[in-house]
Amino acid sequence: MTMKTIFPMTRVHEPLRVDVEIQNGKVVDAMVGATLFRGFENMMVGRDPCDAALFTQRICGICSSAHATAATLAMQQAFDVLPTPNGQHLMNLIFAADIIQNHIRHFYVLAIYDYIKGPNMPPYTPRPEGDYRLPQKLNEELLAHTKEGMLKAMRAHEMLAIFGAKIPMQQTILPTGVTEQATVDRLSAYEGILRELTEWVEKVYLYDVAVLTDYYKDYYSIGSTWGNMLSYGMFPQAITGKREYLPGVIFEKGKVQPLDVSKIGEEIRHSWYHDEILTRNPGEGTTVPDRNKADAYSWIKSPRYAGTAFEGGALARAWISGEYWRGTGVMDRIAARAQETLKICQLAQEWLAQIVLGGPTLLKYTPPMQGEGVGLTDAMRGALGHWIKIKDGKIVHYQIVTPTAWNFSPRDNQGKPGPVEVALLGTPVANPEDLVEIGRVIRSFDPCFTCAVHMIDAPENIPIIVV
Amino acid sequence: MLSRREFIQLCMSATVGMSLTEYLIPVMHSAIAQSKTTKPPVIWLELGSCTGNSVSLENAINPSMEQLLTEILDVRYHWLLNVANGDDATKALEDTLQKEEGKFWLIIEGAVMTADNGRYNEIFLRNGQMVTGMEAVMEIAPKAKYVISVGDCAAFGGPSAAYPNPGGAKGVWEVVKRQVINIPGCPAHPDWMSGTFSHLLLYGMPELDSYNRPLLFFGKTIHDLCQRRQQFEDGKFADFPGGEGCLYKVGCKGPVTHADCPLRQWNHGVNWPVKAGAPCIGCASPHFPDGMMPFYNHLPDIKTSFTTLNVKKIGARMVALGTGAVGIHLAFGVLKKRIHKHYLKGTKPIEVSVPETLEQAKHDLNELMKQKNTLLVKTKKLEANRPIRHRKCWRHKLAEFLHIKDKSGE
Repeated sequence: MTMKTIFPMTRVHEPLRVDVEIQNGKVVDAMVGATLFRGFENMMVGRDPCDAALFTQRICGICSSAHATAATLAMQQAFDVLPTPNGQHLMNLIFAADIIQNHIRHFYVLAIYDYIKGPNMPPYTPRPEGDYRLPQKLNEELLAHTKEGMLKAMRAHEMLAIFGAKIPMQQTILPTGVTEQATVDRLSAYEGILRELTEWVEKVYLYDVAVLTDYYKDYYSIGSTWGNMLSYGMFPQAITGKREYLPGVIFEKGKVQPLDVSKIGEEIRHSWYHDEILTRNPGEGTTVPDRNKADAYSWIKSPRYAGTAFEGGALARAWISGEYWRGTGVMDRIAARAQETLKICQLAQEWLAQIVLGGPTLLKYTPPMQGEGVGLTDAMRGALGHWIKIKDGKIVHYQIVTPTAWNFSPRDNQGKPGPVEVALLGTPVANPEDLVEIGRVIRSFDPCFTCAVHMIDAPENIPIIVV
Repeated sequence: MLSRREFIQLCMSATVGMSLTEYLIPVMHSAIAQSKTTKPPVIWLELGSCTGNSVSLENAINPSMEQLLTEILDVRYHWLLNVANGDDATKALEDTLQKEEGKFWLIIEGAVMTADNGRYNEIFLRNGQMVTGMEAVMEIAPKAKYVISVGDCAAFGGPSAAYPNPGGAKGVWEVVKRQVINIPGCPAHPDWMSGTFSHLLLYGMPELDSYNRPLLFFGKTIHDLCQRRQQFEDGKFADFPGGEGCLYKVGCKGPVTHADCPLRQWNHGVNWPVKAGAPCIGCASPHFPDGMMPFYNHLPDIKTSFTTLNVKKIGARMVALGTGAVGIHLAFGVLKKRIHKHYLKGTKPIEVSVPETLEQAKHDLNELMKQKNTLLVKTKKLEANRPIRHRKCWRHKLAEFLHIKDKSGE
């Protein structure tokens, strides 16, 4: 039996430490821990509620518009305002472009080098001695596609900036809409890039994923979880507010059940936070960082739904919308992400057609002095929630539960592991010095630890909402 | 190869639709081919950050970030890109430290977390021990040729250091006690990064301001370069984000933020916040975000060297100033006899009546032509009578005053 530590796990956003126990060439125990703490939620207290979207999106550079969207949804509820139909469409278009960008960038910049050999120069060398199974010719073809992939991700960001002003960190989303106008030139510029991306995703991205799934078939079973899926839903439609991706929960590959937000709780037995009470509804008291806590190994808390750990992301959304049911392994996650990219491209086309030229993209509003709101949306990596509470025109409570907190949560109070820790169990390891297999499993979740880690300063009671 | 002057002109003139990197790559390519310079080894550390600057640099396009990596920089360690994991990656870092001491560049993204002696941010493992970001920076920085902070967090603490700063975030310069080149922005524009890197490679240290920001990109305020500047001058202000007019009253921090966003624009020149109707939030400022919040409230006042202007009065004052300027212009014109006597005395405007017949219309037209001709003749006479005077420039006046003769002997 050998213990191995990988730190830093590279090609993920921000630091991740992985500890694995290997027995007879298989992982028998795993722990994942995040090692950065910034405490964004505490910073929010005392600030102007109108700034919530612009400030909280600075948590994450790769999914900034997801945080902006969640914060805006929370503000809409707290301010009691709704976006104009055009405004809602533009918000969706901004968010869609960011998701397309994220998925392409995740595959071609981060994940693909687990399966193909990169160029012979730093930072692609040194390279672990893994089982790179692609024949020389295919390897070169996919390597050429990585360059295209980088450019296409950049084009997706360009597309976003048409309505979002700039990205990373868009600047135009407000609770009632978007400050940019929906003019013909802007819409056609967006559409032009969208068409280019749709075509490319169909021809190249899906093809590359098909090549990988063909050569790495065993990874359909490696990295499997129990099949607990959770999604808050994504892309509210104009006027009705019904989501294009519906929210829902799946227990162990069963039927889709409705989501009840009041069942969400966070546990801190193995996180570096000090609290008398270990099991806590997100309504009781505050938490203090305690780096010296015994048994703790991560800055991430353990969010649980009805006491159970859940996985989120493109695969969960595909399961819940009934478009994918093959499995819950590494290749399932990669394939679901590619399919989702294409679906979102097609959805964006529909929204473009629904925009009324010259219609208002924004309404004036006056923020109230008191209010409470919850903003729940799915982000690139899974379920993202923002909770806001306003008193005397200032934020008094702010809470964020991020997708990576769900996926990479440490053990809970009963010692039950989080989704990634479960996915790592049973992973065959050819060479304990290289551990490429571990990297493949971890990266299939598209981890992002810039988002994950927060000081939880929860509101006194979380309203139950039906999304 | 370009001269330094030409290079600076290139950096400061941004063409819409083209990125700076697009121009730079051929320049760098020829410089490297002529072995005027070599690709520097780079260690890129990510501390308390959001990865936004790396993502922003990935938007440096055409040639892409990938080409930037192969043709300008030799990135040995950047955990977003390293293929090797764990100890292998750390070994690449240690090797660079030993072999390239004094030659490598240290680029830092994210604030240094100092709370609990830096243990709020651990970044790699050495001999089984966790190494904190603070420790790593303090160890590596003295050995580097240049230390470059990209993004507001690394430069000045930024959002990571927002009140009450639970992680004890600090800008890199506060920790390392040596000169740090600061490229602020949330995130930094890819051109600001690639432009600074290229300047360092070709001509060494660029000119820096008092905050150690390259003057190339941070020499002027957003307000000075803004397309909506004229609306500010005219006193035309938007009353809500997204409206027409200057966004000053809805919170634009352009007057106190030094950056060239209006010229360069974002994401390949597609757009930038004020153009899209969103006020500038001052993300390239050393006081971001606490000094710039609330984002949608206007600046308390503008401090000029003469007085402090209050925003509620500023509109009225701008109008008054404008009217005053026109008045002074007219008075000066009278003094200089630029303005015709007729203007001063006031000419009686012709009463316009609709001509009833064609004859009457013809008659009116003739009258008008006559009046115009007489005016023309008078003006010509006045011009002929004007004495020809040679203007004296201040140099001549000074020379006259001091009784110094010109070199030409006049």
